[in-house]
Amino acid sequence: MSTCSVSKGCFVFKPSTKKRRLSDKTGHDFRCPSNDSEDTQLRFVTCQSLWNQIKSETEQIQEDLNKQLLDNLVSFLSRSHSDFQEKTTEWTCRMKFREIPTAALVLGVNVTDHDLTFRGLSDVLQDNITPYVALLEAKDCPGIKNLMQKLMGQLMNCDIDVDSMDDEDCVQVSQNRIRCSMPSLISWYDSVTKKTDSETPSKKRNSSSRHWRSPPVVVIFKDMESFTTKVLQDFIVISSQHIHELPLVLIFGIATSPMIIHRLLPHSVSSLLCIELFQSLSCKEHLSTIIDKLLLTSRFPFKLGEKVLQVLINIFLYHDFSVQNFIKGFQLCIVEHFYSQPLSVLCCHLVDIKKRVYSLSHDQCENIRRLPSFRRYVEKQESGKQIELLTNDSFLKEETQKLLEDLHVYHENYVSILRCLHVFTSSLPKYPLGKQIRELHCACLENRVWETEEYESSLQLARMLNKTDLVTMLQQCVEILIASSGKEFDRAIEKLKEFLTQFQNLEAEASQERDVSVSPQKELQKKTDLYHLQKTLLELKESRRSKKLTKFEMLRFEVVDYIDSLVRRYLVPADNRTLHEIVYFNAAAVLRGHLNAAPRTALHTALNNPHWYLKNQALKCDGGGISNKAPDICIVYKLHLECGRLINLADWLEAFSTVVMAAEEPNADAASSDQVDDVIHARFIRAVSELELLGFIKPSKQKTDHVARLTWGGC
Amino acid sequence: MQVITETFYFPDHCISYLCTSKGTCIFRTNYRTSKMPNLEHPAYPAADLLHLESLVPCRESQVSMLLSIFGERQQFSFPCIFIYGHTASGKTYVMQTLLTTLQLPHVFVNCVECFTSRLLLEEILIQLQSCSSGTEQTSPVRCDTLNDFVRLFKQAVDSQEVQHQTLYIVLDRAEQLREMEANILPAFLRLQELTDRNVTVVLLSEIVWELFRPNMGCFEPFTMYFPDYSIGHLQKILSQNHPPEYSADFYAAYINILLGVFYMVCRDLKELRHLAALNFAKYCEPVVRGEANERDTRKLWKNIEPHLKKAMQTVYLREISSSQWERLQHDGGEAGQLKGLSAHTHVELPYYSKFLLIAAYLASYNPVRTDKRFFLKHHGKIKKTNFMKKHEKTSNHLLGPKPFPLDRLLAILYSIVDNRVAPTANIFSQITSLVTLQLLSVVGQNDQLDGPRYKCTVSLDFIRAIARTVNFDIIKYLYDFL
Repeated sequence: MSTCSVSKGCFVFKPSTKKRRLSDKTGHDFRCPSNDSEDTQLRFVTCQSLWNQIKSETEQIQEDLNKQLLDNLVSFLSRSHSDFQEKTTEWTCRMKFREIPTAALVLGVNVTDHDLTFRGLSDVLQDNITPYVALLEAKDCPGIKNLMQKLMGQLMNCDIDVDSMDDEDCVQVSQNRIRCSMPSLISWYDSVTKKTDSETPSKKRNSSSRHWRSPPVVVIFKDMESFTTKVLQDFIVISSQHIHELPLVLIFGIATSPMIIHRLLPHSVSSLLCIELFQSLSCKEHLSTIIDKLLLTSRFPFKLGEKVLQVLINIFLYHDFSVQNFIKGFQLCIVEHFYSQPLSVLCCHLVDIKKRVYSLSHDQCENIRRLPSFRRYVEKQESGKQIELLTNDSFLKEETQKLLEDLHVYHENYVSILRCLHVFTSSLPKYPLGKQIRELHCACLENRVWETEEYESSLQLARMLNKTDLVTMLQQCVEILIASSGKEFDRAIEKLKEFLTQFQNLEAEASQERDVSVSPQKELQKKTDLYHLQKTLLELKESRRSKKLTKFEMLRFEVVDYIDSLVRRYLVPADNRTLHEIVYFNAAAVLRGHLNAAPRTALHTALNNPHWYLKNQALKCDGGGISNKAPDICIVYKLHLECGRLINLADWLEAFSTVVMAAEEPNADAASSDQVDDVIHARFIRAVSELELLGFIKPSKQKTDHVARLTWGGC
Repeated sequence: MQVITETFYFPDHCISYLCTSKGTCIFRTNYRTSKMPNLEHPAYPAADLLHLESLVPCRESQVSMLLSIFGERQQFSFPCIFIYGHTASGKTYVMQTLLTTLQLPHVFVNCVECFTSRLLLEEILIQLQSCSSGTEQTSPVRCDTLNDFVRLFKQAVDSQEVQHQTLYIVLDRAEQLREMEANILPAFLRLQELTDRNVTVVLLSEIVWELFRPNMGCFEPFTMYFPDYSIGHLQKILSQNHPPEYSADFYAAYINILLGVFYMVCRDLKELRHLAALNFAKYCEPVVRGEANERDTRKLWKNIEPHLKKAMQTVYLREISSSQWERLQHDGGEAGQLKGLSAHTHVELPYYSKFLLIAAYLASYNPVRTDKRFFLKHHGKIKKTNFMKKHEKTSNHLLGPKPFPLDRLLAILYSIVDNRVAPTANIFSQITSLVTLQLLSVVGQNDQLDGPRYKCTVSLDFIRAIARTVNFDIIKYLYDFL
């Protein structure tokens, strides 16, 4: 931006227009300049609508998960000031000290997710309990004064929301004039509650009737840990003085453990509070639900590949525990997939596939032919069909449609069978295939699960399950298969039900059999002769080894074998399916680069190997040598890697000038080489100060003419 | 607070005038009973004094002292009185009762509430206005400096009807004054002189005057100490407010038991009163059920004693809240069902955060020289005795955590995590997250480029619990436990 002003100074530029024209934006971002035939517009629209669906779904899930917690909180709040409402004059109430009702809300360390919870909480509170909710953050409240200002500002603004908007201006003015102290807050509260009392008919009445006569004022401390002790103490002491006039409720958002309350507040202050503990759902359970509802379903056409899913889960488990970040990562996958894969236009719901396939351009058909999975498919076909597929576009389209439909059916079956398998594996001792369904899912996506050792050992363990477990598992499987949308499972359901009836029959038979068979143990007890005893024992052992399996054991083997056959049939890894590239996003490296950036490594690469980023052939260096064509900072950086903790500037300059001069004029006269060229000197100084700016070195006071290294090793 | 408005007429024979050696008259009443009141002052009606005496049990001597300092209504009193004493020793209550019962003109301000000097000064002026006119404040006063205050104060006092009576300004929690501008406290100490009006400032605080005295020197106030209530006092005061359904003796017996349990840990009158109210229902239970007589003290004691002990461990420490406690009592449940706040010490952390915290703990509690011994593969055989210096013989855990630079933290992290850790942005942001969670703390607020230094603030038990979840035997790596 430029101004017509001659003088130097600070100028304020207001953003031109707030409203961006959306129509302009669509497609632009996705469009490649070269070819327009790749349905960019359609891809963009598909991507948008898919994301919107997923977003609303996740919001719904989160709402459901938080429901329990919010309900508990709401009941606590409605209970908290009930005596304030009734104005009881009972002896105990008079004698008891009036404590401030406080909810300690333990939310877990994933601080990024808290915002959403708090937003949901304040919405619920405003709907059900009170319009007066204030959210305070530690960074806004370095002192008690700022805290009161923030608190009053938020409370008085929320009053405006309830009232009509026209008198906003006068309130704004008065707010500056109002003294930020508790008495003025109380007088405000009195006036507000009186007003709603005396308010006559109209819809305002309806809106306020949900709240009580004197609704509590809820103050939420979002990040309890970051508040300074003094601010909290002062605020609690002040508000406890006025609890009779102002029904205050505090909510502490705690990320670590409730012990922090005792650490922050001395007994004299914590005795002013009436603290109750509320715990939110653990973030791991939260993630499981999200994965269950978003990934293990055939509702959304878009799928994550094994590597990508692993990256997202690893970031969650290793780094941040944040479900929000997981969803953001998922969103990034969607955008990246639709952006980079031209054929992603076919990544849509089944009903749209036919239309989209037939409107594909020739370029897109060529794109399909280029897909590795499709090429593999072509190679398997007979030669006549091969030629057709590679030359005839309309034949290709027909085939593509068929293949995509197959893929869709595969997904439906996959999910159901995966759940069935999980029913079995999740109850085995030591969980060879993982406890969570996401681990099983990853294992199945990675390669043929039945070829792994873990699968083998879990089958072994499954063959030792007892009958009651087995029956309940089979029942669960039947339920899953009935609930699934797959059409191929009628036979499987039949078969499983048959197993169940066989088990029931076994029970009846077993009771009869028990009477008939004479147990060898009993015979054993009769014999006392040592020789005979030995003989019978040997016989017993023999018979046990060769003994025919009992009916139950036979049946158990059959069941396990049947499950195994289902797994082999339906849990084929997605990589083996033709056209999987269209719906599966597999670019894990891209995702890792975006979500788990390594700035230090990137910086090192840039300085150590400038060719990597600049793509200049001249910079291509071989081995560890230092090219003098490289930018000065790279040379300086490489030289500094060879030094210890303290670097002598003179030596460094010497080395630098040697490198720079090396190629230029190897036979320069001795007199000039002794003296460093001024230009080179200046270049060196600039490079060193750049390095200082990047945080690699700093001036040192330990030795003159030395700088200290701030990094160690070569990364 | 109820103020007596009726007037009493005393028969002549009840009032006797006694002349003292100094020639002042002491007013003595025999009111209805033959009980002799301790408080006496010629300027105030005897009935008020008697009523006042009944309101401030166990503080008669302090009150009479104050009364004699105050003198008569019109008389100039000491310019500044400083009253100190432990928490809940009745400073605020006595002052308030005294001033309202005798209807002395006064302003009562809590300094915690008025966190800036402007708020404090304005609050005083507002109260002054309303106490003089009796109506709502006419216009919001604006008073930024002490100079303005003196001017406005003079105006306000002059407009009052009671302008010749001593005005009392009571500043509760006066220790807060020390944190305001430097001129506030000295000015309040000699407000009488500055305003040239009949005013006395009373400062109430929990700390001694020596901690107030500014180094510039100031006018010395008259200091007065309120001693702690003794167990007898507590018994007397607490028994005074017995519930209407039960007799005073019954309640006094209950208070006796309560004090027997709690007196060792808590002498705070407010807290004791609260606890008494919380647990009284349980005490009455046998009586309500008809199992015991009101005078069956032993039986009642057996019933309540374990209950009170449990209360001491839970509700007194605010481990569980008083409303939860009451609900428990009501439902007849056991306190064990409800876990206290300290029971939830477990903190779930991401995998690398756990290792970062462990590394930070090791860096905080191990001397730098020993890193070689713990984290190098071929460190040779170094025994503890060999490289132990004299000052390191004391346990590092007793000395507390030491600060360490970021580089050391990362170096330890890389060597304790099994697989290779890339120095990604996520790792660095996790360190900052740990700081915001107060599990680590930054030492010195210098530039981030300059190599920040941290301290690990978690306890040994906490870190052991964390280490157990990642199968890391932290004790093996701690120098103190070698």
